[in-house]
Amino acid sequence: MDVAINALPFLWEGLLVTLHVSALVVVIALAIGLVLGLGLTYGPRWIYWPIRLYSDILRGIPVPVLIFAVYYLLPVIGWNIDGFTAAVSALAAFETARVLEVTRGAIQSIHPGQTDAGQAIGLTFSQRMIYVIFPQALRRFLPPWINSVVDTVKGSSLVSFVSIVELTLAIQQVIGRTFEPMPLYILGMAIYFAINFTLSTASRRLEARFAYIRE
Amino acid sequence: MNYHINYNFVWKYFDKLTDGLVLSLEMAFVSILIGIMIGLGLALAYNGSGRMVRWIIAAYVEIIRNVPLLLLVYLVFYGIPTVGGFAYDATTSFIMTLSVYSGAYLVEIFRAGLDAVPKGLIDAGKAIGLTPIQHLVSVRLPTMFRIVLPSLSNTFVSLFKDTSVAWVIAVPELFFGYNWIYTNTFRIVEGLSVLAAMYLVTCYVFIFALQQLERRYAIGRN
Repeated sequence: MDVAINALPFLWEGLLVTLHVSALVVVIALAIGLVLGLGLTYGPRWIYWPIRLYSDILRGIPVPVLIFAVYYLLPVIGWNIDGFTAAVSALAAFETARVLEVTRGAIQSIHPGQTDAGQAIGLTFSQRMIYVIFPQALRRFLPPWINSVVDTVKGSSLVSFVSIVELTLAIQQVIGRTFEPMPLYILGMAIYFAINFTLSTASRRLEARFAYIRE
Repeated sequence: MNYHINYNFVWKYFDKLTDGLVLSLEMAFVSILIGIMIGLGLALAYNGSGRMVRWIIAAYVEIIRNVPLLLLVYLVFYGIPTVGGFAYDATTSFIMTLSVYSGAYLVEIFRAGLDAVPKGLIDAGKAIGLTPIQHLVSVRLPTMFRIVLPSLSNTFVSLFKDTSVAWVIAVPELFFGYNWIYTNTFRIVEGLSVLAAMYLVTCYVFIFALQQLERRYAIGRN
């Protein structure tokens, strides 16, 4: 047990990296994913196929492969980036694809009659979005989006594949010196659990709050 | 840019990738089968048990779902043998990990599926005098499987992608095959492009095949 306590400062550093990576990825993916999701739903035909293709390709390749692709391929074309940027970009690219699908799903779950009604009372496109579609779509968007945030925190452990010392790799390194694996693994699980369970619980609360609406 | 693309290096060692692909698929298949047993058993146990058992099942589901697969892989491969006093090879270790991991997701999928079985079917089963076991085997489970088929398909494709994590404990699956080629030939571009294509094609072959199944059997897909 004292082994785990002595390792805490080092694990704390790792946890900060995990949170840093996760936060960056969540923010980037949310911003780009929302735009692409809207583009997929309301955009012109020429914009539909590139976004569809991007999403389908990114979701058909494992994240470790994406991380390796960014980390090892960019230097080949003469673009030298550090491991951290490469790993975050790869993870963000993948999460963007997920957020855009969640966005599309949320908007499409709103009955088309809502749009017709909005048009009938003379609302412009942006008014329909702001007053009719978004408030309802937000309910459908939040729970799966929080799930994707949980998956991002879990997925951030994969950046250790390019030697970034986040929480999981920090734990491995401590074990490499102390040879007492179990207490440290259990501690690691507890830390991840504390972060993600908080998020999942928030997600379930939201779902329960919005559950009274049935179409 | 003085990198000359030459795919001969990849074709020369292509068997590393094909063998790896086969192992990845095998691991995903075995894991989802064990996962289905765990998930189904616990979903049924959850519905027919007291508070204590429910709490334990919920703890299993919540803990596993909120922890990175990579950490679980390390825990099972490096951690458990130190306290259990037994050892197993990396492939077995990874299959156990992936089964327990997928089981946690499948409990939730099956619980939702069982809840979604229409109440009228239960009344109808009682009306024609089925015993509870007959009713479960011939009405509830088949209906539930048709309801959860899309979720099962998604889970399988996710598990196939997750097998790439087994690289960290040197399981010779697809991602490991690429890394073998890379460390022996340094052909990054060729290796990675073929690797990505193999994952993509395999994923979409399964997505397509499972969609055909869903068309025939699934309920509640618009």
